[in-house]
Amino acid sequence: MSRINNTAEAQPNLPESHSPLQTPVKPGFSSYKGKKRGPDPGNKGFLKRLSKQKALFLMSFPFVIWLVIFKYIPVAGWVMAFQDYKPQLGIFEQEWVGFKHFKDLFNEPMFYRALENTLGMGILGLVFGTLSAIAFALLLNELRFLTLKKWTQTISYLPHFVSWVIVANIVITMLSPEGIVNNLLVGVGILDSPINFMAQPDMFWGIVTAADVWKETGWNAIIYLAAMAGVDPQLYEAAKVDGASRWRQMWHITLPSIRPVIIVLLILNIGNLINIGFEKQMLLGNNIVAEKALVIDLYALDYGIGMFRYSFGTAIGIFKSVISIILILICNGFAKRIGEGRVF
Amino acid sequence: MQKRKWTTFDIILTIFMLFIVVITLYPFLNILAISLNNAVDTAKGGIHIWPRDFTLANYQEIFGSNDRLLQAFFMSILRTVVGTLTGIIASTMLAYVLSRRDFVFNGLVGFLLVLTMFVSGGLIPEYMLIRQLGLINDFGVYIWPMLISAFNVIIIRSFMDNLPTALEESAKMDGANDFVIFTRIIIPLCLPVIATIALFLAVMQWNSWFDTYLYARGSEALTTLQFELMKILDNANISSGDITSQNAEVIAGQTNPQSIKMAITIIATVPILMVYPFLQKYFVTGLTLGAVKS
Repeated sequence: MSRINNTAEAQPNLPESHSPLQTPVKPGFSSYKGKKRGPDPGNKGFLKRLSKQKALFLMSFPFVIWLVIFKYIPVAGWVMAFQDYKPQLGIFEQEWVGFKHFKDLFNEPMFYRALENTLGMGILGLVFGTLSAIAFALLLNELRFLTLKKWTQTISYLPHFVSWVIVANIVITMLSPEGIVNNLLVGVGILDSPINFMAQPDMFWGIVTAADVWKETGWNAIIYLAAMAGVDPQLYEAAKVDGASRWRQMWHITLPSIRPVIIVLLILNIGNLINIGFEKQMLLGNNIVAEKALVIDLYALDYGIGMFRYSFGTAIGIFKSVISIILILICNGFAKRIGEGRVF
Repeated sequence: MQKRKWTTFDIILTIFMLFIVVITLYPFLNILAISLNNAVDTAKGGIHIWPRDFTLANYQEIFGSNDRLLQAFFMSILRTVVGTLTGIIASTMLAYVLSRRDFVFNGLVGFLLVLTMFVSGGLIPEYMLIRQLGLINDFGVYIWPMLISAFNVIIIRSFMDNLPTALEESAKMDGANDFVIFTRIIIPLCLPVIATIALFLAVMQWNSWFDTYLYARGSEALTTLQFELMKILDNANISSGDITSQNAEVIAGQTNPQSIKMAITIIATVPILMVYPFLQKYFVTGLTLGAVKS
């Protein structure tokens, strides 16, 4: 087969040696390091190649159609935000109103409350979510009792896999006036009588954050634990010879080693600061705490679908996307400046 | 490495980790105990991890006397099975096409897919689309919108990129076409990553409630366990999350909505508990790999 011969000839140009059976790799594509699948495209004509790849074409075509319908048509639906959308009319028969809905949005006091709640719970979730996951990973990494280590890790994933409906049920049950939390607090003497936590507006952000930490800490720690497994054991040996305590080893070796992972995840999470969703707030909220539970998505849902103000709801969505993209770009630029790995 | 002595640090750490295990498991054990306890007795409080007045009435209510809850249970299973199968077929197929760097449209398809991770239409345009497609109160609303996730496709493709290409090459020389190579060679090699993605998809389908709430509220037949649980939760919340006021008007029988809620919670948790520990090895690697790639 002439192709195999080609590979043998191309080999001197490649950084690593390739076995003759592996995919022939053009020298210019050597950055793929042999991961490139399929034969050399060569210089054959486009149509000729396409006709040979009928199967690949047929295997991807339906999904391209799917992507266009389910992912790109909704984006095209953004034009609704600049119209006074009425469902009975066609998309081109709508009345164009420019930025009217955005102006309305910025004049609504409710919108600022939703923004404040979204960012408040977003920042609390980011700070405590990151800290708890790193702390849990650090301590689990130090645990000497290996059976317990394995079991703790497996058990810590459990809440991640159950739905927010179930977690909301758990939180409401535990925090109810007869629940364990009130029992303990009254028993220890911190509280004189049980309080209904779910009916305290000032506690709502804290409850959502605590529920989030309870649910996701174990799962979020996976990635930090994987990074810690890659730290060179010789570093710890050397530190021990120098008489460093376990705390000092954690602080001076483990933490700096996983710094790039922490920074990449922080950037991704800051980009998602405004995309905290609405599930927790919708399920844990009630009429009494509504003022603290209203987040941007719930606001869009109430106005956009509940009150049939489709154009207004779409404008809220666009605002959210724009903020999200700005946050990602800022963080990415910042990471580039301090010389850590960029996300893109 | 020589065996080191257990220090105070180790003892405190072990106790702390046991504490973490307790606060993770206690709520589930508590809810299990309440679900197995007489509802009237539960209202008196004081149930921890062991039922005081044992009864199966709450489960009998779900599986025996209440048609709607039984229907919800089967609909949860149906959407999980169908959604997982279709999702796996779609993402594996698309991942294979994207792993073929020689495919003429590779760049275009890859771009269209990855872009969806950064731009999304948002709640309202998606709602309008589902309405225009006629998927309101239709089983399809559980399957179509969730068919492909870019994140899952990228994880599968990363796995395929690391497979040896020798088998594929020899099959090609024997004249096998790309589809045969995909089904006979690639799929069997990809079983570990397929198991991981199947777990993610199954958990997502099993746990969904919002699509039922938004798109399928009008259909009795399409209700799911999670949605029924959400409705009970919502009713309790109207009275400010105060469960006592509900229990004050306890039904004459052995059950009430609050205790049935606990039984549904257990039924919705058990399948997850039975599956995820066995796939742990796979999803940990899958997640780490996916994170490194993205």
